[in-house]
Amino acid sequence: MIYLDNSATTKPWPEVLEAYQKATQTYFGNPSSLHRLGTEADTLFQKARQAVAKLLGAHTEEIIFTSGGTEGNNLAIKGIAFAYQTRGKHLITSTVEHPSVLEAFRYLETLGFEVTYVPVDQEGRVNPRHVEEAVREDTTLVSIVHVNNEMGTIQPIEEISRRLKKYPKLFFHTDHVQGVTHVPFSFRDIGVDLCTISGHKFHGLKGTGVLVKRKGIRLSPLFHGGGQEFGVRSGTENVPGMVALAKALRITRERQRETKEKILTGKKRLLEALQTLEGAVINTPVKDSAPHIVNVSFPTLKPEVIIQALTKKGIHVSTKSACSSKENQPSAVIEACGLGKERAESAIRISFSVDTTEAEVEELITQLRMIIPEMRKVMGVAK
Amino acid sequence: MTYDHILVRFGELALKGKNRTQFEQRLQTNIRFALKDHPSCRVKRTYGRIIVQLNGADATKVSEKLQKVFGISSFSLAMVAPNQMEAIKDAALEAFLQHEGEKRTFKVSSRRSYKAFPMRSAELNPEIGAHILRNTEGVTVDVHHPDVEVNVEVREQGTYITCGRIKGRGGLPVGTAGKVALMLSGGIDSPVAGYLAMKRGAELEAVHFHSPPYTNERARKKVEDLTHILTAFGGPITLHIVPFTNLQTTIHQHVPSNYAMTIMRRMMLRITERIAHQRGMKAIVNGESLGQVASQTLESMYTINEVTNMPILRPLVSLDKQEVIDISQEIGTYETSILPYEDCCTIFLPPNSVTKPRREKANQAEQSFSFEPLIEETLQGIETVEIGKEDERHTEMDDLL
Repeated sequence: MIYLDNSATTKPWPEVLEAYQKATQTYFGNPSSLHRLGTEADTLFQKARQAVAKLLGAHTEEIIFTSGGTEGNNLAIKGIAFAYQTRGKHLITSTVEHPSVLEAFRYLETLGFEVTYVPVDQEGRVNPRHVEEAVREDTTLVSIVHVNNEMGTIQPIEEISRRLKKYPKLFFHTDHVQGVTHVPFSFRDIGVDLCTISGHKFHGLKGTGVLVKRKGIRLSPLFHGGGQEFGVRSGTENVPGMVALAKALRITRERQRETKEKILTGKKRLLEALQTLEGAVINTPVKDSAPHIVNVSFPTLKPEVIIQALTKKGIHVSTKSACSSKENQPSAVIEACGLGKERAESAIRISFSVDTTEAEVEELITQLRMIIPEMRKVMGVAK
Repeated sequence: MTYDHILVRFGELALKGKNRTQFEQRLQTNIRFALKDHPSCRVKRTYGRIIVQLNGADATKVSEKLQKVFGISSFSLAMVAPNQMEAIKDAALEAFLQHEGEKRTFKVSSRRSYKAFPMRSAELNPEIGAHILRNTEGVTVDVHHPDVEVNVEVREQGTYITCGRIKGRGGLPVGTAGKVALMLSGGIDSPVAGYLAMKRGAELEAVHFHSPPYTNERARKKVEDLTHILTAFGGPITLHIVPFTNLQTTIHQHVPSNYAMTIMRRMMLRITERIAHQRGMKAIVNGESLGQVASQTLESMYTINEVTNMPILRPLVSLDKQEVIDISQEIGTYETSILPYEDCCTIFLPPNSVTKPRREKANQAEQSFSFEPLIEETLQGIETVEIGKEDERHTEMDDLL
């Protein structure tokens, strides 16, 4: 099996599962319980928090454990919008966000918030100047994705962050879910106020994630209850899940350093092959895109059919974002880039992990070279 | 060329005459401990300075750690050049260019500790200054209020160039004043008292009175955590956990309730004094502030203090509560201190404690029972843990991460 849908989810590593199992068996106590089991679970949980903080370049008390990317994005966006609504009700985002960001903003619009959607260029990139120009007196939040999940475009987060520093009354959130593995940054250095990551995108488990929140920022909670996670996220702590997340993140950081070159070579190789494959149009920008995502369109062909053909050969890739790929609609991201409906309707996404090998990439290329010409012939587009 | 060294200065130490070597060595050891997570760093002593060679370690993180070490008056990121004029000029220019922050005006201050170097300080300044002026735009010299002071120190091993300085924590290196016993309850005050004792060079051993089951595991964990936070300022700390249940319940049964608190404090002091004697400590530190609560009125101190003639240091004696809270927030103990677990001072707290206890009455109350064997038994049961050197259980947990 060749798994090339790592932007959708990754396969949990055995070490991670082992840590999970051990943590859930040995330290099953509720961290809030006063007895020894509770104390131990709490100690382990705090250690996981420290480890994650260190890896992300944040302070321990800036780490809020969540259930994943969707929760992190929702908590950041609604949390700021509600907590600071007396300051203003204007929010800014881009047109190429993940549904968990976009839909949160849409919901806020129904409650009387005003949202500016900053457009992107053909590569799916926002212009930092446009973001700054959208800022108003009553803006409380700017949320821009770090690495786009479909195209792999890297947004100029650092520059946006630098420009927004002039407006101390607003907060800057970035959805770092796709960036954390292959385009890591230090929370402190990048200068954002909030940052979302998700455990299962780096070989951890589903249902685990982190929202990093700079010290001193208030958030209105999504969940009310026992006041866990500094009162921002109630609910019994998922000790083994977060232990697994800490472990997965640590291994990911090590593996990313070791395999950086290999992943880049694989991407380069695939792009070269696609450039010479008739009927293929590459959507992923050549410059400033994540090393693990290649998005390509085969105009006039149906992407579902390509995916089925590849799956039969044991190769797994996807159409656009997994979260919306079941709906039979063109990719909103590619449409937002102004690349036309035809390309938006026929895009597939190939995404690597640190474990992806050269041989796997070669096999994909071989299969595409057989499948695509054949399909084009059937569809009557090839001579 | 980049800032790959940190030049550490220590003000007060220079005054200490013959003891200086010992002070410097201790500071060097403490800096090494503070930087143990940055194994690439080399900490060297040179006449009147300590040099940290970063060897690739993150300068910001190392700076954060150095800011917690007592005995450092200030430190600066430094570039090192060979003792050769052209190299010094280039390094000074580079240091100026890479310095972050406002830099429209500057001045050069040179010091030549290495007298074999052919140029005198007064000759170095204009030479280096001119080189910077020639190679920058819109930068001028201001010898009175410069944005940046380019410091050039010519030493035997090389010339160190720094721009600006970061204020250190001051105080004296922990360990240079000897060892003291800190009575650590788990509240806000006692960790701050420990911190302030460390500031003046005292090395701590902490003593905590634990009364299971009346005080729970969390209370003990909290004290361990507090001790751990304090290790950042001066290295590993030995923590003595005193099993206090028996003594405390006995006091509760045999002593008139209005004197129970006073007697309990006297017992704590006796036990702490004996631990101090055994471990070669010359003083006791506690978090008492004058007149704050019943046990801290002058009369109360007078009566409780009767049981020992070992010096009791009370660093908080003249501080207001808010001042103590401010320090605890700054050093990072506050959040842990306010966790709501009972400690042995709050359980059995009778509603009618005397605020002005008298020595005669306290002595009389202690006649009601033969406490000495119980004190001995308590001392035998002390559990001693080293905080700052990780224990087994923790490594097992660390493996999971």
